[in-house]
Amino acid sequence: MTQRAIKFDLDQDGIALLSIDVEDQNMNVINQTFMEELEAHIKTIASDDTIRGVVICSAKENAFLAGADLNMVLGDLAGRDDATPDAMFEASFSLNKLFRALETCGKPIAVAIAGLTLGGGLELALSCHYRVVADNDKIKLGLPEVQVGLIPGAGGTQRLPRLMGIQLALPYLLQGKNMTPKQALANNVIDEIAPADEIVNKAKAWILGGGKATQPWDQKRFKIPGGQGVYDPNIVQTFMGAPAMTQKQTKNNYPATVAILSAVFEGHQLPIDKALEVESQYFTQQLLGDVAPNMIRTLFVNKNKADKLIRRPKNVPEAKTKKLGMLGAGLMGAGIAYVSAKAGIEVILLDRELEYAQKGKAYSEAILEKGIKRKKVTQEKADKLLSLIKPTADYADLEGCDLIIEAVLEDPKVKADVTAKAEAVIPESCIYGSNTSTLPISMLAKSSRSEEKFIGIHFFSPVDKMPLVEIILGEKTSDEALAKALDYVRQIRKTPIVVNDSRGFYTSRCFMTYPLEASNMLAEGISPVLIENSGVYSGMAVGPFAVNDEVGIDLSHHIGEATKAALGDAYKTEASHKVIGKLYELGRNGKKNKKGFYEYPEDGKKYIWPGLSDHYPLAEEQPSQEDVTRRLLYRQALEVVRCMEENVVTAPEDADIGAIFGWGFAPWTGGPISMIDTIGIDTFVSECDELAKKHGEMFDVPESLRKMQRDGEKFYS
Amino acid sequence: MTDAFIFDHVRSPRGRGKKDGSLHSVTPINLLSQALAAIKDRNDFDVAAIDDVITGCVTAVGEQGGDIGRFAAIMAGYSDDVPGVHINRFCASGLVATNYAAASVMAGQADLIIGSGVESMSRVTMGFDGGAWLFDPQVTNKIGTVLQGISADMIATKYGFSREQCDEYAILSQKRTKKAWDDGHFKGAVIPIKDSIGRTLLDHDEHMRPNTTIEDLAGLKASFTDMGELGFDSVIMQKYPEIEGVNHVHHAGNSSGIVDGAAAMLIGSQESGERYGLKPRARIVAYADVGVDPSIMLTGPGKSARKALKRAGLSRDDIDVWEVNEAFASVVLRFCQEMDLGTEQVNVGGGAIAMGHPLGATGNMILGTALDELERTGGRYALTTLCVGGGMATATIIERV
Repeated sequence: MTQRAIKFDLDQDGIALLSIDVEDQNMNVINQTFMEELEAHIKTIASDDTIRGVVICSAKENAFLAGADLNMVLGDLAGRDDATPDAMFEASFSLNKLFRALETCGKPIAVAIAGLTLGGGLELALSCHYRVVADNDKIKLGLPEVQVGLIPGAGGTQRLPRLMGIQLALPYLLQGKNMTPKQALANNVIDEIAPADEIVNKAKAWILGGGKATQPWDQKRFKIPGGQGVYDPNIVQTFMGAPAMTQKQTKNNYPATVAILSAVFEGHQLPIDKALEVESQYFTQQLLGDVAPNMIRTLFVNKNKADKLIRRPKNVPEAKTKKLGMLGAGLMGAGIAYVSAKAGIEVILLDRELEYAQKGKAYSEAILEKGIKRKKVTQEKADKLLSLIKPTADYADLEGCDLIIEAVLEDPKVKADVTAKAEAVIPESCIYGSNTSTLPISMLAKSSRSEEKFIGIHFFSPVDKMPLVEIILGEKTSDEALAKALDYVRQIRKTPIVVNDSRGFYTSRCFMTYPLEASNMLAEGISPVLIENSGVYSGMAVGPFAVNDEVGIDLSHHIGEATKAALGDAYKTEASHKVIGKLYELGRNGKKNKKGFYEYPEDGKKYIWPGLSDHYPLAEEQPSQEDVTRRLLYRQALEVVRCMEENVVTAPEDADIGAIFGWGFAPWTGGPISMIDTIGIDTFVSECDELAKKHGEMFDVPESLRKMQRDGEKFYS
Repeated sequence: MTDAFIFDHVRSPRGRGKKDGSLHSVTPINLLSQALAAIKDRNDFDVAAIDDVITGCVTAVGEQGGDIGRFAAIMAGYSDDVPGVHINRFCASGLVATNYAAASVMAGQADLIIGSGVESMSRVTMGFDGGAWLFDPQVTNKIGTVLQGISADMIATKYGFSREQCDEYAILSQKRTKKAWDDGHFKGAVIPIKDSIGRTLLDHDEHMRPNTTIEDLAGLKASFTDMGELGFDSVIMQKYPEIEGVNHVHHAGNSSGIVDGAAAMLIGSQESGERYGLKPRARIVAYADVGVDPSIMLTGPGKSARKALKRAGLSRDDIDVWEVNEAFASVVLRFCQEMDLGTEQVNVGGGAIAMGHPLGATGNMILGTALDELERTGGRYALTTLCVGGGMATATIIERV
């Protein structure tokens, strides 16, 4: 038998040690080899009388087992058009069968866990009869499948509730949140916590002490803790409330959540073997749908590639940032200083006046103070982080910086002035990044001594929460500058996309179409509540009017005016510009002055400003939610396609990641490009043609897309 | 087609549906059998001639389960020859029982038949029969199941009824009920419920609160705010994206009360009436069941009324007496709005907000109330309707003869 995934050793006590060590993988994952070898081992264990019991552990330190190899799952899905549901079910069910065979093989099986245990990894552990975990709060145990649109498919929806109770288990299944070993012990999910170097011995001791080879659910008179089945009075309320609570979160865009609820609801009225089949059926249902494949591709596979800097030039040696010069200590600068210091980077936080710079540092202090109060941060760590940030008004302090990020006023003159002052001090080798969100990088680069070393590093607000960084290449930006910027993004543990220079770059330009289309509809007399809710219910992170209020109506107005001035005749006027102009004129600047599209009462929830209907009376005929949603989503998607056509964004992967993590595009779609592929380019184009006929040129189909339609192509092959 | 006539109708008083309610000690089968016995005692027919006892009961589990009508009839002294069947269309069950009884007569498949209803809400808790539409995630997700109170609040929100309007209607219900009792409008139908040695346990509706003021009601906290916040508001709002937020207006004071009660109605052909000397009081003209969105669920009465009117070849203005079950104030207000009726035209003798709503029996009770009102006022047609959980409604039109 090969030992490419699981090493097998039998000790003198008759205990077999299965040590997971999947080859060619940095972290253990379940792949075909793993499954084949486990199957063979189970046969040996069951039939070999010299084997008294089994301890399963990991030979890798970082993880016990991090679940199924999603690359493999995605690969399998590529062929799903040719596969029958029967065949897909059988493939999905095989892991369930394997784990079931393990727990019923007749020998006591213990597991010793010292690292990350997620998804199929935890499900393997739950199929063992005894679970020992190392005493380390950093170890995460969880079933995160729902986060990529899947459901636990190797018994997780059945064994976790049977161990900890239906009501307590549901949040872990529905939200995919992790447990620490201590939480797992309190939840009856594991049996013992021990020092890391003793876990294998503890597991062996359990076997030698007469550990039973039968799961609780295979014993007579087994009772699920906290209430049996759905009609138990303790559980009835759960199944009334949980779907509603879930729908409040998901807006019905994530079918996996309903599948999880059903797998638990139906499975807990069945014996375990039937229950596991039900689970696999719902698992397969997700594979047959569109949401899971799109989410896996963008949110897991491609995001991981981006995080590992797939777009980094390979010929440039790693260039970690040691000393960052942060120019401008406003909201963005302060946030960038915080995330950089958090990554251990020394930060010079510079502003015109020392007072401003200190205020910028106070932002970090406030975050850390909150963290200390919540016991998420130790005083020691906070002190260390703060010691890395030096507020200053003196450019001389920038000496020795290897990276500059500029986040001063969005005014080319001010920026040029700052660039000159900084370049007078910083070394020749220093890379210069600008956090501008509106000004062309190539234009700003002209005021630098080296256009090659000049690059756009665009953060999103609030910096410490938003996961994306948009890297913008100017005309002359060098590979060296790109590599430096990407290495820095990796250091601060954010996800980068790389785009080319253009007005508004990629994210700002596409994002703006969302609130603008909402305002177009408002001007047509469509109910603002319907528009706002359609945005939220479509899965967008925030409603279009709410987000416009967050951005600021004044800012929207200024950007619009600036764009108009810059584009001249090429500028396309749409009704939304007048809507924005009107609100601006009325002094409704958004959340900042507590009046915008919304009213923000001191003592209650915000609500849509009723005055909107005075300026834009409701039309007698209102469109359906589907029509409104289509306009909101398609408008964005078309702008994304235009950005691809204009080479602003060059890869569909970047387009999708940037949309979801940058401006909150509906994650269930896998991003706007995935959405177009899923709808089908043919259908999408003809629907856009209809929209263009009705609503104008904003919905004109780019020529590149028509060509793809003619050639029968897709964005993702 | 044979005409189906109502010969007689009785109902129990409605006891508070709590442990201190006067009917709490009465088993549901006993409650129903006393109504059936009254029908037998007040009329002179051969008990073996009853073709069927159709019984509406919503929470048909435990002592309300197992086809309660069949055995209630035997306990009431009917012959072993009398079969029984249980039906459930939630809140309209008692009305549907009479409709199906009438339909059997109209179809020539029954000559003398009883439609009845029973619910002892103090003894068998509402919801204890479960149901896929409440708990199975596949179903609840498909239909957008919410609590009925959330639906009622959504009706108020969507159709523009304020908390004050709902409270005012509740006061109206209390006042009308009190007056109807004082004026003896219910004395023909209500029978006293007795214990096994003949002591009267209850002879009047005990849920009424005639002295309630609008200020009293204003002080009550809306009942469904917290559950709405938990997720149910979001579920129903996703069905009505033009709604910005659910206005929670309902509370115990402007919703129907939880009570115990039973009712029965003797229905048959003219021929069987003549055979036993039974005097027809009204003809059952038409009935209609409808379905609507199961999430907002309580908006069906108008639709069912129009469907029944159409079937009967009548128009709204032909109806002299309107009975609309007061499940929630907003349900009645919406019905009036939809049918262009004033609240003074419906439920003139009060309703379930004051008297209570014994789920499986109410439809039977208020059809009897409509009949009594026709006779009292000399009107010709009456329309009775109830909203139904899960998005349904039933309406029945009768004609005084």
